[in-house]
Amino acid sequence: MGLMLVPRPHVSRLRGVLTPLAAFAVALAIAAVVLTAMGKSLVVAFQVYIAEPLTSAWGVQEVILKAVPLTLIAIGLIFAIRANRWNIGAEGQYVMGGLFGGAVAIATHGMGGFWVLPLMLIAGVAGGILYGLVPALLRNRFGISEILSSLMLVYVAELLLDYLVRGPWRDPRAFNFPKSVNFDAAATLQPFIEGGKLHWGVALAVLAVLAAVILLGRSLFGFAVAATGEAPRAANFAGFNEKLLTLQVFAISGGLAGLAGIVEVSANIGQLQPSISQGYGFTAIIVAFLGRLTPVGALLSAVVLSMLLIGSETAQIMLKLPFDMTRAFMGLLLLCVLAGEAMTRYRLVRRA
Amino acid sequence: MTTVPAVPLIRCVGLTKRFGALVANDAVNLTVRQGEIHALLGENGAGKSTLVKMLYGLLKPDGGTIEWLGQPVDLDAPEAARRLGIGMVFQHFSLFEEMTVLENIALGTAEARADATLAARVTEVARTYGLELDLARPVWTLSAGERQRIEIARCLLQEPKLIVLDEPTSVLTPQESENLFASLDKLRDRGAGILFISHKLEEVRRLCTAATILRGGKVVAEADPRQETAASLARLMVGEGVKDVRPGAGATSGTPMLVVDRLTVQPEISHGIPLRDVSLSVNAGEVVAIAGVAGNGQSELFAALSGEGGRIVRGTIHLGETDVTRMDIGARRKRGAAFVPEGRLGHATLPQRSLSDNITLSWHATEDVGGWFLSLERLKQAAGAIIRRFDVRGPNSDPRAAQLSGGNLQKYIVGREIERKPKLIIVDQPTWGVDARAAALIRQTLVDIARDGAAVLVITQDLDEAFEISDRIAVICGGTMHAPVASRSTDREAIGLLMTATHRAGEVA
Repeated sequence: MGLMLVPRPHVSRLRGVLTPLAAFAVALAIAAVVLTAMGKSLVVAFQVYIAEPLTSAWGVQEVILKAVPLTLIAIGLIFAIRANRWNIGAEGQYVMGGLFGGAVAIATHGMGGFWVLPLMLIAGVAGGILYGLVPALLRNRFGISEILSSLMLVYVAELLLDYLVRGPWRDPRAFNFPKSVNFDAAATLQPFIEGGKLHWGVALAVLAVLAAVILLGRSLFGFAVAATGEAPRAANFAGFNEKLLTLQVFAISGGLAGLAGIVEVSANIGQLQPSISQGYGFTAIIVAFLGRLTPVGALLSAVVLSMLLIGSETAQIMLKLPFDMTRAFMGLLLLCVLAGEAMTRYRLVRRA
Repeated sequence: MTTVPAVPLIRCVGLTKRFGALVANDAVNLTVRQGEIHALLGENGAGKSTLVKMLYGLLKPDGGTIEWLGQPVDLDAPEAARRLGIGMVFQHFSLFEEMTVLENIALGTAEARADATLAARVTEVARTYGLELDLARPVWTLSAGERQRIEIARCLLQEPKLIVLDEPTSVLTPQESENLFASLDKLRDRGAGILFISHKLEEVRRLCTAATILRGGKVVAEADPRQETAASLARLMVGEGVKDVRPGAGATSGTPMLVVDRLTVQPEISHGIPLRDVSLSVNAGEVVAIAGVAGNGQSELFAALSGEGGRIVRGTIHLGETDVTRMDIGARRKRGAAFVPEGRLGHATLPQRSLSDNITLSWHATEDVGGWFLSLERLKQAAGAIIRRFDVRGPNSDPRAAQLSGGNLQKYIVGREIERKPKLIIVDQPTWGVDARAAALIRQTLVDIARDGAAVLVITQDLDEAFEISDRIAVICGGTMHAPVASRSTDREAIGLLMTATHRAGEVA
């Protein structure tokens, strides 16, 4: 006797939309229980996590800003995960994007020029692509699981950045703080409006969503990605080159993560320092799944997760809730989303 | 023979099983007596598997009763069925490749360990029923017939009174089938009841003394197979006469479209069969069949010919004048070739995609599917044309591949390739698990396109099919190929012998 998962013959569209919502609700309910058990006020929690980010101009702006890297990375991850290639190392590719792009800013310090910023973006994308290709090549050549190699390369990238900003790239006038020089204005992604904070990275993220909608929905390449993920033998029968496709999806996800890295560094941080990410690369995995691996879904989910991140900053002050608690909630959310995903495709039945 | 007792071994009355809206078994009656080999006949999807699963406690009936020796019983688990004395030999073997025969038998029988006691018992059973078994051999070295003998021996160790065999001969050579029949005759003579599921009507007539025929989940007839002809049994199964395939022109002298010369291939998966010095040519206008028992290198040959896989060590493949040995499947399609793999779901199609989406798989290299950005309209149009031309029936106008029955999906897959007007088509197991009507249509289609000048290569385990449609028959065995002979100048026995003659050769090497 026991429980058994039985595939559903047909998955309705409605269920597909409701699943992430239900998963979110379940995660909220569990989080509420945990918060109550910790003696925290749910009213305050609601205020800091949901009300404030959405009601103040500052809050909305911050939510959008944090959603930019999450969206860019998640869009890339969708390509990889749809092809059944598990790029867990977007965090590392993000860091490499920031590092490559930042290198251009540091090297051109004091020169100025309209070409600096495009060059930085290109370098950032290139850094992400090159770093993303490493696990892909290891998989193609030696059959090494990309899950492990991409994850482990995250720490290599972080330590490399740490070494550079403490060593060769340290600003000599920074009183021994581990940071690079402040970027020039020419190396800074500018806001749309003077005085505001929303910058051109927002446009890049929207552009990435649109491109992904078209590529995944209509193109032969998108079909090849889906076929490889759904039935590798059928993809091989179609003549889609599996190894080339592995390189392509890792290049796309690495490149977009790299772009997210340099956009964040250039627009919001303005220098290289040991920590240029808040775990965007990992959070984006949740974003991709919460959005059911669709580009528009990822955009919406990025906004939701961004709210959580903003809320967590206030929560540290208002609720004395450590940042790790927000991390735990995100993990909880991912679990609920994956469980919900399983329940859309399967039914739970009691074994006869 | 023992005297037939009045009380039947098992009697089912009004058994009903529903899956959602589908009634898989509708008030089915079935009676099997001791000392009787009872045939359960029906097309794929007629409800045979559902019925035997209820008899073996794997499915719970929604209605009706099962009586065992006159007593009503509730079979809620396979253990309950086994305790009563019901044994089952499944169509698909559940054996561990890396383990020995004896270890596999021990695993399947709850109480036993793979020790000398068990070995002695198995040897005894094997001797009694003429089941030749080498207990120390690892399963992966065995042919399908030998594997099946393991399953049968495992079943007989439980001393069952009723044995259910699900399409036992579908993977056997004619000679292996004869050995099986001899064992079954012995079992029957000892008073066991046997429920024999098959769609090979000649062997049913030869073996069985009673038959229950299912169609669309209902019992449509009970018959004595000895009093029927294969054609009359087929009519009962299908409902109305299935048309015979009109033979092809018999042309074997057209220009060579496919020339394989001493092809030697290392498999890419473990336990794959290496191909050694395979030579073959298929001419425009003819159908060549490659007969053979499953697992003798057919999949590897198909993969090598399609360009899907396998490491070609030596030898060449030509399509017409072009050497395609190093070309991928797309390049081979561009040179006029088309391929139908054995696996319908997950190989020939993406199961969860619509038929129109699935067009792209084999069309994108050669046909207009809208270019880099797919034209949904063009794909729908193409799928619609195939659906109409090949009478593909599904729940809606553009169903997902997984929603179609085996026969309808195979008609679509074959149709998808025919629509491309290939100069050469290679089909692996064209009608495996396909209902009789669809099988006839597919066979006729293949014969017709050969008549229209295409070269057709069919890899099949079904000897009747090979003889029905081919101009020449080659035999593959242990990864080597026996040169094709004209179908009219040979017979089943000769081909059957070739299917086993060099059986061990591939494994010893």
